[in-house]
Amino acid sequence: MMKLSLGPILWFWDKCTVFDFYARAAEWPIDTVYLGETVCSRRRELKPDDWFALARDLKSCGKKVVLSSLTLIESEADLRGLRRICEQDDFLVEVNDQSALQLVTAREIPFVTGPAMNTYNAATLKVLAGKGLQGWCLPVELSRHTLARLIQELEAEGLDLPAEVFSWGFLPLAWSSRCFTARHYNLPKDNCEFRCLQHPDGLSLRSRESQELFRLNGTSTLSGSRYDLLRQLPAMADMGVSTVRLSPELQGMEAVVQRFDTARRGKVPAFDPLALTEAPPCNGYWYGEPGMDRVARTNAD
Amino acid sequence: MELVCPAGSLPALKTAVDNGADAVYFGFRDNTNARQFAGLNFNDKRAAEGIEYAHKAGKRVFCAINTYPQPEGWQQWTRAVDRAAALGVDAIILADMGLLEYAANKHPDIPRHLSVQGSATSYEALRFYKDNFDIRRAVLPRVLSLDQVRGVARQSPVELEVFAFGSLCIMAEGRCYLSSYLTDESPNTRGACSPAKAVRWQETPSGLESRLNEVLIDRYGPGESAGYPTLCKGRFEVESQTYHAIEEPVSLNTMDLLPELQKLGISAVKIEGRQRSPSYIADVARTWRQALDGLARQPDQFEVQQNWQETLSGLSEGGLTTLGAYHRKWK
Repeated sequence: MMKLSLGPILWFWDKCTVFDFYARAAEWPIDTVYLGETVCSRRRELKPDDWFALARDLKSCGKKVVLSSLTLIESEADLRGLRRICEQDDFLVEVNDQSALQLVTAREIPFVTGPAMNTYNAATLKVLAGKGLQGWCLPVELSRHTLARLIQELEAEGLDLPAEVFSWGFLPLAWSSRCFTARHYNLPKDNCEFRCLQHPDGLSLRSRESQELFRLNGTSTLSGSRYDLLRQLPAMADMGVSTVRLSPELQGMEAVVQRFDTARRGKVPAFDPLALTEAPPCNGYWYGEPGMDRVARTNAD
Repeated sequence: MELVCPAGSLPALKTAVDNGADAVYFGFRDNTNARQFAGLNFNDKRAAEGIEYAHKAGKRVFCAINTYPQPEGWQQWTRAVDRAAALGVDAIILADMGLLEYAANKHPDIPRHLSVQGSATSYEALRFYKDNFDIRRAVLPRVLSLDQVRGVARQSPVELEVFAFGSLCIMAEGRCYLSSYLTDESPNTRGACSPAKAVRWQETPSGLESRLNEVLIDRYGPGESAGYPTLCKGRFEVESQTYHAIEEPVSLNTMDLLPELQKLGISAVKIEGRQRSPSYIADVARTWRQALDGLARQPDQFEVQQNWQETLSGLSEGGLTTLGAYHRKWK
C-alpha cells in the first residue's frame, strides 16, 4: 500500500496553530511528516528547537519525520539555519536547494529531495543516488508519462529510489527574493509586519476577469487551483509510486487525509462536501497539459 | 570583466563581436536551450560559421544547453552536448545535473559553465557543482542583492558571471513553473516562458487585451503602451486592487554597479536577449563596451555617462530600468 505524507506547511501560521495542527495530525493515518520552514527565512514563529521538539514528539507517535530545508537560500544567515538542519543525525533531511545538497553530501548523510529540486531524468537521480539520495519527490510540472519512465529507468539501473508525488493542495510554483505579500501592502520586505499571518491560505491573485490564477504566499507563488490527484491513486499504485504527498491546509485537512487513506486502500471515496477554502480543482500537470487545467479522464486513458 | 553578449542568430553574433563582446553565447534551434523562439538560434552549419567568425576576431563562444531533459528527450540533449563539443565551442552552459555529469565524463576538456537555470544562490551550492562536475564558472541568479552577491563572491570556488542588462526574471531561475501552469511549456521543460504560440491579442471595447492560453494577462487603455504578455508582468487583482502584483514591465540595468562588481572579482557581465534584433545587440554591446573600457581606464573615477543610460533606457521594456534585487529596496 502506498504511504501518505504530509508535506511541509507552506503558509505562515502562528506557533499555537502549528502545534495544534500537528497534535491533530499525530492521530491521522499519515506515515511521513515533513517539518520546517521552506518558504521565508523571516518566518520564525517556531525556532529551530521548536521544530526539533515537534519532530521528536511526532516520531514518538510513530510517524516518520523528515526535516525540510528552505527552498531559496540567499544569505549567510540562511546558511546558518540550513546547517542546523543538515548537521544533525536524528532525522532525515529533505533537500530543497543545492546549498542543502552540498551540506548533506559533504557530510555523507542520507537525504531525500523535495519537489523544487530539478530531478527531471534518471541520470540526475543516479548522480544523487551515488551521494546518498534515499527518495525523491516528482517536480510538480512533470507528467505521469515522465514519472512512469523515470521509475522504469531507475528499476532498470537497479536503483531503489522510492518516488513521492505531490498529490493534493496548492502547488508551489515559484520562489523570489521579493515578497509579494509585503508588496501588496506596500511594505518593505524587511519590515513586512508579518502580514502573511493574516492569510493562512495565501492571498488570491485573480485575472481581471476574476479567474483564480495564483496564490501569493510571501516570497512564494502557488497555484490558484488546488491540485487533486485522488482519482489517479490507482494509476500511481500501478506505476510503483511509493508515497502520496498532501500539502497542509488549515481547514478540513483531516477529511482530506481520510479520503486519501480510503482511496489508497482501493476504495473510491464518496463525494462528501469538504470544508475547504474555495478553489477550483486542477490536475493538468499529471496529464502533460497546462497545470491549471482540469482533465476529466478515467484511469483507463 | 568580460562582456558576454547574446546571439540569437548569425547576424546578431557577428554584430555582437563587431561591437565589443568578449564572448557570445548561442543555443541550437530546438528546446535544448532556454530561449526557444520560432526562427531563432542555430543549426550546426550556422553555428560553425559563427564560431569561426568569433574566433578569428579573438572572441570566445559559449553554447547554452540549459533546459532540463526528461527521459524522452535525453538522447537529444546529450547529442546537443556532443554537437557543441564537435563544433569547438569554448564552453558549454549547462543546468541539469545529469547532463553536467555527461559533459564532464564525455568531454572533460571543454569548460562547463553553470547556467543561471542551475539555481545556485550560495557558495555552498557552487561548491556542489564545482566538487561534482568541476564547473569553471557560474551565472548567478538575479534574485540576490549586492550584499548577497558579495557574500557569494568572497567564498566562491568558481568564476562568477552576473546579469548586467536585459529582461528581468523576478523568480529564482530554474525553479519557476508559472509558465507551464498557464500553458504547457516552461523554461525548464521547453526553454520557453509565456510562449508566443499561447499569446492572443484582441481589441475590445474596454481596450487592447493580451491573453496567454486565454488567461487575461493585461488590458491596455488608450495611450498605454502594450508589452509582450510575460505572465509575471501582467496586471492582476488582489483583494480588489488591480496592479502589477508580481512585477512591472521593466528591464534590469546594473551599469551603476560596475565598479562594485569589479571590486568583488566578478569575471563577466552578461547581457540577456537572444530574442533581440541585431541592431539592439549592436547598441547594447557598444554601450557596455564603452562602459567597461571606461572602468578599465579609471577604476576609481568611473562615472556612468548620461548618453549610455539614455541608450539603454530607450532599449528597455516600458523605457524603464531597475537595479532589481541588487538594490535591497526592490524586494
